[in-house]
Amino acid sequence: MSQRVVIAGGTVVDPVAGKAAPGDVLIENDQLVGVFSPGAGGAESDTVMDASGLLVLPGLVDMHVHLREPGYEYKETIATGVAAALAGGFTSLACMANTDPVNDSAAVTQFILERARVAGGARVYPIGALSAGMKGERLAEIGEMYRAGIVAVSDDGRPVMDAGLMRRALEYTSMFGLPVIVHEEDGHLAAGGVMNEGVTALRLGLHGIPAAAEEVMMARDIALTDLTGGRLHVAHVSTAGSVALLRDAKARGLAVTAEVTPHHLFLTEEAVAGYGTNAKMAPPLRNARDVEALRAALADGTIDALATDHAPHHHDEKEVEFENAANGVVGLETALPLALRLVADGVLDLPALVARMTVGPARILGLPAGTLSPGAPADLTLVDPERRWRVEARTFRSKGRNTPFEGWEMTGRAVAVLVGGRLVYDDRPGTAAALRSAAS
Amino acid sequence: MAFTQRHLLGLEGVPAAEITSILDTAASFKEISERDIKKVPALRGKTVINLFYESSTRTRTSFEIAAKRLSADTVNISASTSSASKGETLADTARNLEAMRPDAIVVRHPASGACHLLARHVSCPILNAGDGCHEHPTQALLDLLTIREHLGRLEGLTVAIVGDILHSRVARSNLHALRALGSTVRLVGPPTLVPRDLAAFGAELHTELAAGVRDADVVMMLRIQRERQGANFFPTLDEYSQYFCLTEEAVRLAVADGPYSVIMDQVTNGVAVRMALLYLLVARSKGEESGETAAEMIGDAEPVRRRTGGRA
Repeated sequence: MSQRVVIAGGTVVDPVAGKAAPGDVLIENDQLVGVFSPGAGGAESDTVMDASGLLVLPGLVDMHVHLREPGYEYKETIATGVAAALAGGFTSLACMANTDPVNDSAAVTQFILERARVAGGARVYPIGALSAGMKGERLAEIGEMYRAGIVAVSDDGRPVMDAGLMRRALEYTSMFGLPVIVHEEDGHLAAGGVMNEGVTALRLGLHGIPAAAEEVMMARDIALTDLTGGRLHVAHVSTAGSVALLRDAKARGLAVTAEVTPHHLFLTEEAVAGYGTNAKMAPPLRNARDVEALRAALADGTIDALATDHAPHHHDEKEVEFENAANGVVGLETALPLALRLVADGVLDLPALVARMTVGPARILGLPAGTLSPGAPADLTLVDPERRWRVEARTFRSKGRNTPFEGWEMTGRAVAVLVGGRLVYDDRPGTAAALRSAAS
Repeated sequence: MAFTQRHLLGLEGVPAAEITSILDTAASFKEISERDIKKVPALRGKTVINLFYESSTRTRTSFEIAAKRLSADTVNISASTSSASKGETLADTARNLEAMRPDAIVVRHPASGACHLLARHVSCPILNAGDGCHEHPTQALLDLLTIREHLGRLEGLTVAIVGDILHSRVARSNLHALRALGSTVRLVGPPTLVPRDLAAFGAELHTELAAGVRDADVVMMLRIQRERQGANFFPTLDEYSQYFCLTEEAVRLAVADGPYSVIMDQVTNGVAVRMALLYLLVARSKGEESGETAAEMIGDAEPVRRRTGGRA
């Protein structure tokens, strides 16, 4: 017995076609049937979901989150991370391997997938460790994890200093078509650093991490990609120099992709003034010149994906001296409105932005997500582009309250999310109860 | 101009007029330390906590004497005897101290920004006695008072600071205050310890000692901390000293009317500066409420001076 739902009256954003136009989206069970011109998609028997005044997007994909389970459930669980994701409009997540135990085995991969199944809601795709124990010494059992369901390998958080190991990782993973996601930071250049190197670090008496710490590693890994024919994905690019390296690598036809975080697109090192530890992350916030280069690269496609690097921490790990504070900020519940601000600022158009948050990351990881093609999973995010709200960390679904955007006035947010045709998040005023029953 | 700071976290951004008012107050307090009875009742009934997470003899003693000469009760807490070794965080400590209702907390801590963290958790004034590589404002203020006493002014002077600027909280505080008061500041040392970005603070950067100290009114020599050896900021202390230790030749270049060291003046001025700050930060609010002036707050200054023959 099939059930058909028409999401009618909204503006449909198709990131593959690069269009945003009024239209109806027809879903049958857990799949998309297609996009139709307004009023043309439905039949008498269909349930209608009114999307008037809303944007209808393919479900958003965040290819870089830390869900902290297993091992750090006091920071976040898969269930709370998924809840935060849905509230932020994300339907697919790729979670990093720096749990405890590290996701360096099929057993841990299976555990994560099982916990995600129990949590329900968003789709969770584990990323396996590149090296055993993320120690940077020898390869993890990547093939076993691949069979269990990993979508990439990464020692994110612990840059791989051994160029020989990185070379072998790029070679070996090419057998599975898995990308190697790299956190580019030279440990010797970054040693002791807690923020960007420069005027602000000098003023605050904090040890700096130069842009070159990222760039020398990226240059190395681009050369190794050329050597091996592997697939390199650069996580959280933070400098103008890195953008230049990326642009050059892509021009040479290498399989190099990259992502940028919302915080690196909106904040500079000056956010550290006053020693606010929610401005501490790796890589660190850089300068206005870097922000401009990152925005331009996101707009022209040199950077393929917007990813949050959602990194929840406990209050006690942030409420300490700056140099002793944990690295990272949460991002799932603020990424979309910040991204919409890029459109409002004229950095890029809406379909291009949506592409960086859907089909861009989905293609890198090979996920069945991010498009409105017939037969695709019915994962959709409905966005009220006019909804005005203020960021208050205490209202987050995430256990992490460590946001650098506290108090920011936002315009736009996800108001309804469907995963596999099921309405799993609904924040539309008035209509919530009726539609929940209609769509389930 | 009225002193408006709630805390003394650093000298960056403190207006010149407020720095001058600290120095003027300190100058007026110097004579208290020359009396037979070195005590005035300005902070009677007030509690000042000295919270030291790094060893310090000079600064801690100076703060303690300053508080006692103003009749405050002082409590000294050092990291070795505090809860720090048991894993209590600085924020925990701050909340505990806050519950004891101190009137001021003097803090020395190895982490830059530790005073900012404390200031977010307590309601009383925080006085920074040195935080990491950030600032050491009272040291800079006593340097400024000493310079002003010897040279009569701060505006238009050329001050050379030589050595490990990168890691020096004293250099930072001096740089900010001297620039605010209209001095030219030269920072002298190898580029590893004098990063180029320091030019953004309005300082002149020099890698050659002779050029750096030429015609300077004041030369400040920073010591090289032992832990910097072996970190490749310079090859060896011996080589460093060949380039950046003050030779007679360099001193001759710098000081036309004969070199002299002012270290002992600085120790005396340190007590006066810290008295001034405690007074301005702690007693002042009470004084404003009751309409008392600084002269009244420091008590029977004139009668005492008469009795002792006015040594000051």
